Amino acid sequence: MAFITANWNPLGDAFYRKIELYDMGWSLRDGLKDCMVAAAPYGGPIALLRQSQRPSPSARPQLEIYSSSGVSMASFPWKSGPVRQLGWTVCDDLLAIQEDGTVLIYDLFGTFKRHFSMGNEVVQNQVLEAKVFHSPYGTGVAIVTGASRFTLAMNIDDLKLRRLPEVPGLQGAPSCWAVLTQDRQTKVLLANGADLYILDNTSCTPVTPPGLSPQACSIINMAVSFSYKYLALFTDSGHLWMGSTNLKDKLSEVETKVRSAPKQMVWSRRPKSQQPSVVLMWDRLLLVAGVCKETIQYTLDEECVCVAELDGVRIVGASRHEMLQEVPSACEDIFKIASMAPGALLLEAHKEYEKCSQKADEYLREIKEQSVLGEAVKQCVEAAGYEHEPETQKTLLRAASFGKCFLSNFPPEPFVSMCRDLRVLNSVRDYSVGIPLTHTQYKQMTVQVLIDRLVYRKLYPLAIEICRYLKTPEYQGVSRVLKHWACCKVQQKEEPDESIARAVSVKLGEAAGISYSEIAARAYECGRTELAIKLLEFEPRSGEQVPLLLKMKRSQLGLSKAIESGDTDLVYTVVTYLKNEMNRGDFFMTLRNQPVALSLYRQFCKHQEQETLKDLFNQDDDHHELGNFYVRASYKESKLEARLSLLQSAVDEYNKAKNEFAAKATEEEMKLLRFQRRLDEEKGEALLGLSLHDTLHALLSANYHKQAEQLYRDFRVPDKRYWWLKLTALAEKEDWDELEKFAKSKKSPIGYLPFVEVCVKRHNKYEAKKYVSKVTPEQKVKAHLAIGDLEGAAEAAIERRSEGEISTVLARCSPTTDRALLERLNRARSTAAKK
Amino acid sequence: MSAHLSYGRVNLNILREAARKDLREFLDKCAGSKAIVWDEYLTGPFGLIAQYSLLKEHEVEKMFTLKGGRLPTADVKNIIFFVRPKLELMDIIAENVISADKMHSPRDFHILFVPRRSMLCEQRLKEQGVLGSFINIDEYILDLIPYDSDLLSMESEGAFRECYLESDQTSLYHTAKGLMTLQALYGTIPQIFGKGECARHVANMMLRMKREFAGSQTQILPVFDSLLLLDRNIDLLTPLATQLTYEGLIDEVYGITNGYVKLPPEKFAAQKKQGEAGKDLPTEPKKMQLNSAEELYAEIRDKNFNGVGAALSKKAKIISAAFEERHNAKTVGEIKQFVSQLPHMQAARSSLANHTSIAELIKDITTSEAFFDNLTVEQEFMTGVDTDKVNAYIEDCIAQRDPLIKILRLVSMQSVCNNGLKQKVFDYYRREILQTYGYEHMLTLNNLEKTGLLKPQTSTRNNYPTIRKTLKLWMEDANEQNPNDISYVYSGYAPLSIRLAQVLARPGWRSIEEVLKMLPGPHFEERQQLPAGLHKKRQQGENRTTLVFFLGGVTYAEIAALRFLSQMEDGGTEYIIATTKLINGTSWIKSLMDRPEAQTL
Repeated sequence: MAFITANWNPLGDAFYRKIELYDMGWSLRDGLKDCMVAAAPYGGPIALLRQSQRPSPSARPQLEIYSSSGVSMASFPWKSGPVRQLGWTVCDDLLAIQEDGTVLIYDLFGTFKRHFSMGNEVVQNQVLEAKVFHSPYGTGVAIVTGASRFTLAMNIDDLKLRRLPEVPGLQGAPSCWAVLTQDRQTKVLLANGADLYILDNTSCTPVTPPGLSPQACSIINMAVSFSYKYLALFTDSGHLWMGSTNLKDKLSEVETKVRSAPKQMVWSRRPKSQQPSVVLMWDRLLLVAGVCKETIQYTLDEECVCVAELDGVRIVGASRHEMLQEVPSACEDIFKIASMAPGALLLEAHKEYEKCSQKADEYLREIKEQSVLGEAVKQCVEAAGYEHEPETQKTLLRAASFGKCFLSNFPPEPFVSMCRDLRVLNSVRDYSVGIPLTHTQYKQMTVQVLIDRLVYRKLYPLAIEICRYLKTPEYQGVSRVLKHWACCKVQQKEEPDESIARAVSVKLGEAAGISYSEIAARAYECGRTELAIKLLEFEPRSGEQVPLLLKMKRSQLGLSKAIESGDTDLVYTVVTYLKNEMNRGDFFMTLRNQPVALSLYRQFCKHQEQETLKDLFNQDDDHHELGNFYVRASYKESKLEARLSLLQSAVDEYNKAKNEFAAKATEEEMKLLRFQRRLDEEKGEALLGLSLHDTLHALLSANYHKQAEQLYRDFRVPDKRYWWLKLTALAEKEDWDELEKFAKSKKSPIGYLPFVEVCVKRHNKYEAKKYVSKVTPEQKVKAHLAIGDLEGAAEAAIERRSEGEISTVLARCSPTTDRALLERLNRARSTAAKK
Repeated sequence: MSAHLSYGRVNLNILREAARKDLREFLDKCAGSKAIVWDEYLTGPFGLIAQYSLLKEHEVEKMFTLKGGRLPTADVKNIIFFVRPKLELMDIIAENVISADKMHSPRDFHILFVPRRSMLCEQRLKEQGVLGSFINIDEYILDLIPYDSDLLSMESEGAFRECYLESDQTSLYHTAKGLMTLQALYGTIPQIFGKGECARHVANMMLRMKREFAGSQTQILPVFDSLLLLDRNIDLLTPLATQLTYEGLIDEVYGITNGYVKLPPEKFAAQKKQGEAGKDLPTEPKKMQLNSAEELYAEIRDKNFNGVGAALSKKAKIISAAFEERHNAKTVGEIKQFVSQLPHMQAARSSLANHTSIAELIKDITTSEAFFDNLTVEQEFMTGVDTDKVNAYIEDCIAQRDPLIKILRLVSMQSVCNNGLKQKVFDYYRREILQTYGYEHMLTLNNLEKTGLLKPQTSTRNNYPTIRKTLKLWMEDANEQNPNDISYVYSGYAPLSIRLAQVLARPGWRSIEEVLKMLPGPHFEERQQLPAGLHKKRQQGENRTTLVFFLGGVTYAEIAALRFLSQMEDGGTEYIIATTKLINGTSWIKSLMDRPEAQTL
C-alpha cells in the first residue's frame, strides 16, 4: 500500500496530498486561456465565458456550463452586455454581473431566470470589479464602480442595496479587495497601495496588520478563508502575511521570493487543521505556503483555476481536476510509513488475515494488549471517509469490520452510517454526475441539500434512489423529488396538457404527501392554466387548491373546493373574495347554488351586515325569514311608531309566507302595544313593552279590573290562566274582599285549592279556611294540610279510604301530640289496605 | 393536578401534556415579560390545561379580560391576546391596539387564536389597520380538552345551534381536526361508526384529512378500537329529561362549568374551624372542583340520587372505623403507620362532609312537590301517556309564570315523545307562551321548531312508541340502588343515545335497522387502513375501547350510563366519551333561545 503516500508532500509536521478527481470530459481547444471561469464550491458546476476566436466586434462570446467532471450542461452565445464577473449562488444558479451593473441570473441549464440591477449610478460609472460571496444570509454580490465606490447586496433573493462610504484617496479600483462577514456584519477589506482599509456601512477605517514586513510598498493580493476567520496578504516584496481577519493576530509570514502578483490566492484549511496553508498560483507555478514557513511547489503544465473548499482547494485545469488538501490525521496515522498507530496495525492485521497468515493474530494481540482496538476501528472508519478511491475505502472498512468482530460493545452506528454515506458519495462523485464532494463537505451540506442539488440537475432517478436507500421519510424524500420532477415536466411546452397530467398522475399516484398544488402553481406560472386545473384535481388537500384557483380566476371552482374541505374559514375567504369580485346579482346567484356557503354568509351578515341579510332573504323569497328579520329589527327601535311599522312589515311577510300563526301573533303584539300606550297615556301606567300576562297582572294589581276584563276578552285568554292571574294578583296585594267576591263570581275553572294555597302563601290562614270547604274531595286532604288542620285532613282521608292519603297525613302527625289521631289513622289505613 | 387523567383506560394526560407543550413553545416565542389579554370564554377551558403557575414560569406577569377601550397599564414587553376567531373580538382588539399605539408605548403585540387562526379575522384586523402591529399571529390548536380520565369536551358553546339551526359546520371541522390530533397521539382508529348527518360529515372530513396527511403518519399502536359518532338530533329526548344521577342533579340544580360548581355557602359554613365561628356567614358561593381525582366523588357521582344516601352513610362508617383504629395502635410502629394515613383520612373526611352537604341541598329540592310533579309529567311523556293532548300541569305552570326554560323543556319533551304536536295543541302552547312571556319569544319558538324540538306533527304516524319498545327505552322495574340496566340514570328511562351504543357493541346495529331508519340521518360504518404491523392482537377477555363522540352535546347522565356499561362485567367494551359541549336541558334550550335586546320604548 506504499503507493498511497506517493503523492504526499510534507509541510511542517503535516502532509499535503494532491488527488486526481477527474480527467475532464470537456475538450477545450485553448485550455482555460482567455476564459472567465466560475466554479461553485461543494463540487458545484463550472461556468466558462469564452472570448470568441475572431476578434471582430460582432462576434459573441460563448457561455458554457459544465459539471465538475467537465460534462456539458449548457452552451449558448452570450447576447447581453459585457460581463465583469461570473459567480454561483448557494442554490446553483449562475450570476453574470455586467459592466452596467445588471446582474443576470441563469439556472444550471442556462435558462434565464431573472435579473436585477446594482443601482442606477453604476450604469454611468460602470462596474470595475465584482465579487460573489456567500454568508449565512445567502448569496451576495459586491461591486466597485468606476467612481471607486463600493455597493453591496447581502442577499440577492431579498435585494437591499447598500452603498458603502467613500474610501479616502482611492482612484479607480483598489489594488486588491475582499468581502468579509464578521459579527453578523458584512464588510469590505481593501488595499490601496500599502494602505489597508475596512469599509463597513458607516465608515472607512484604516487598519494595519500586525507584523507586516516593512519592505512592502503595496499589498497586491489578498485571500479570506472559507470560514472568514483567516486572512492572507501578498505584498510586492514577495512576502505572504497570514493572520486572523480581525487583524489582531499574526500567524506567520513567509517569503516566497516571487514578486509578481499571483493569479490566484486561496486558503487551504480543513476542520482541525494542523498545518493550514495558503495556495498561490502563478502562470506555471503552484505554491503551498504553510504557517510553518515551509513551502511545497508544484509545476503546472496548463492554465488552471483554484476553487476554495471547506477542507482544501480544488484545481481545475483543461485536462485534469485535482484536489489539494492537508492529509487528515486519521489517514496520516494509518498510512504514514512505519506507523504504529492502532489503525495502521489493524489494517496490517486484516491484510495478514486475508493472506491466511498467523501474523494476523500477532498484530491483533498487540492492539488488544494496548486495549486500543476500539480506537483502531474508529480510525479506520474515519479514514475511509477521507479517501477518494473506493478501493481504499473498502480496504479500510473491511479492516474496521474485521476489528469489530473482536469487540463486544462497539456501537455499530458510525460504521453503518459511514458505509451508507460513502455509497451515496461514490455515486454522486461518478463521472456522469460529477459532484466531487468530500465526506466533510457532505456532512456540512446535509443530505437534504444534496438531494436538492441532484434535483436541480434533473437527476431524478438518482435522487429517488438515494432517498430510498437512506430511508428518508417519503414526504421529505421521494415525494419531494417527484414533485420537482413534475414541476419540471409541466414546463415541457411541446407535450399536450392531457398527456402531462396523465404522466404526472401515473408517476405520483402512489407517493404520499405530494403537493399537487405546487406543481399546478408552476404550470400556471408557465401559462398553462388548463393543465394547472387538471393537476389540482389530484390534490387531496382542498385547502391548498383554493388560493391557486382564486389566483387563476376560477373562483366558482375554488368555492366548491373550499366547501369540500369543510374548513369554514376557507369558505368565508372565498366568499369574501367573490363578493369583491362579482356584481351583487351574480354573487347572490353563486351563493344560491352553494347552500353551505350561503348559510355561512347569512351568519356573517347576521352579525355584520343586517341589510345584506334582508336582500338575501328577498332574493330567495323567504318571507318567513323576512318576517323574523323585521321582528328582530323592531326590537331595536325605541320609537313606538317605528316599531309598529316594522311589525306591520313582519305581518305582511308572514302572510305572504302563509304563516298564519306568526302573522296573527304579531298582529296581537301590535294590538297590545297600542293598548298599552293608550293606557299609559290615560292612566300614567308604565305598561309599554310588558307581556300580555304581565300587563294583566299590573292592571289587576292597580285595580283596573274593567280594563283587565277587556284585555282578557280581546285576547281570548283562557279562563284557567285568567283565574290564576287574578287570584295571584289579588292575593299579592292582600285584597281579601275582592278575592272572595272573585271566588263567588262563578265556578272556578281551576278549582279552589289554589285559593287556599295562595292565602297560605300570604300567611293568612283565616282567609284560606274560607275556601277549604269548596275544594273538590280529591284535593281536600291537601287543602286541610295546607292550612295545618290535621284533624280535618285525617277526616277527609279516612272518608276517602285512600291508603296513600292516609299515609301522607300520618307522615305529618307527631307521635307525642297527635297520639289519638295517629291511632285512628292507623286503624283506617289497615281497613283501607284490606280492601 | 392532572394525575387522575392518567388512571383511565386511555391515558388522556398525553393529550394534556401535548397541549401544554404547545402553549409553552408559543409563550417562549415572545421573549421577555408578558401580559395576557383573555377572551373571557377561554379562561375556563384553559384552566384545565395550564394553571397560572405555568404561565408565570414563562414570564406572564399580568392577566386581563378582553374589553373595549384602552388596555390597562402593565409594565411588560409583550401583550398577548388569547382569543377565539370571532369578528367582534377583532374589533375590540383593534381598539386596544390603536389606543396603545397612541400612547407610543414600546410593546410587542401577539395574537394566539384558539383553536384555529382565521383568514377572515386577519382580514378584519387588516381592515382596521392593525394587522401589522402584531409580531406573532399564531394558532393554538385546542380542540378536545380532557375533563376527566374518560371524558373529553371541546366546550364549544354554540355547536348544537350552529350545526342544526344555522347550518354552520365550523365546529364539525374542528371536531374532525380534533379527532385527527387524537389519532396522531393515540393511533389510527380502525373502525368508525356513526348515525346522523353531522356524524357523516365529520367522518367524511376525517377520511379526507387522512388522505391529506398521508405520508406523515405516526407509527403508533392504536389505542381505540372504534369510534362512534352520534348526532345529538337523533336523540333530542334525553337532554330534556331531568337527570337523576348525583352529578346530573348537581348540574341540573347548580350548573357545572369547566369541572367546577358554585354552591350556596350556608351549608358549608359549619365546616369552618371552631375558632372562626363568631365570624359572619360566608357570602361568596363555595366553589368546588368535581372530578375523579376525588375518590369519594368518583364513587358516587354516577349513582342514582336515591342510592347516594346509602353510599354516603356506608362511607361515613368506614371512615369513622378507620379513625377508631387509633385506639388499637399500641406499638410505635403502629402509631406511625396510623399517622402516615392521617392526611388521606382527613381528606376523605372533609370530602365526605362536603358531599353530605351537597346531597342535603339537593335532597331539599328532589323531595319538593314541584320537583315530583315535574318528574311525574316527564315520565308520563316518556311512557307515552296523553302526549297528544294539552297537558294540565304545563298549563298551570304557564299560568303561574314558572321559568320559561322549564316550560320549553316540558313542551319540547311532549312534542318529541309524540313525534310532533297536533297543530291545535302546538298553536295553543305557543300562544300561551307568547302571551305570558312576551311576543319576542316567537323567534325562540321558531328556532325550536327548526331544530325539531317543538314542531307540529307532519305525519300521522308517531314513531316514538315503536322506538321506545324496540330499544327498551322504558324499564318499569329500574333498580336505583343496585342497577342492572342503564335506565337507572333517569329512574326508568334508558337514554336512546346510549342504547344505540350498547346495541352497536352487542349484537350490532343490523338488529335494529328498522329503528335506525326512523331516526334522522344516515347510519354508516367506515374502516381506516392501519399501517402494516400495527394490527392489535387482542388478548383473551380483553375489552374493546370505543370512543363515543356526541356531536352537539352530552349530559352527565348519559356519561354515567356509558360508565355503567364500561363497568359491566360481561360488557366487553370500555368507553371514552367526547363531545362538543357538556350540556343539560336548561343550558341546551338556553343556547337555542333568541332574545333580541329590546330597546325601551
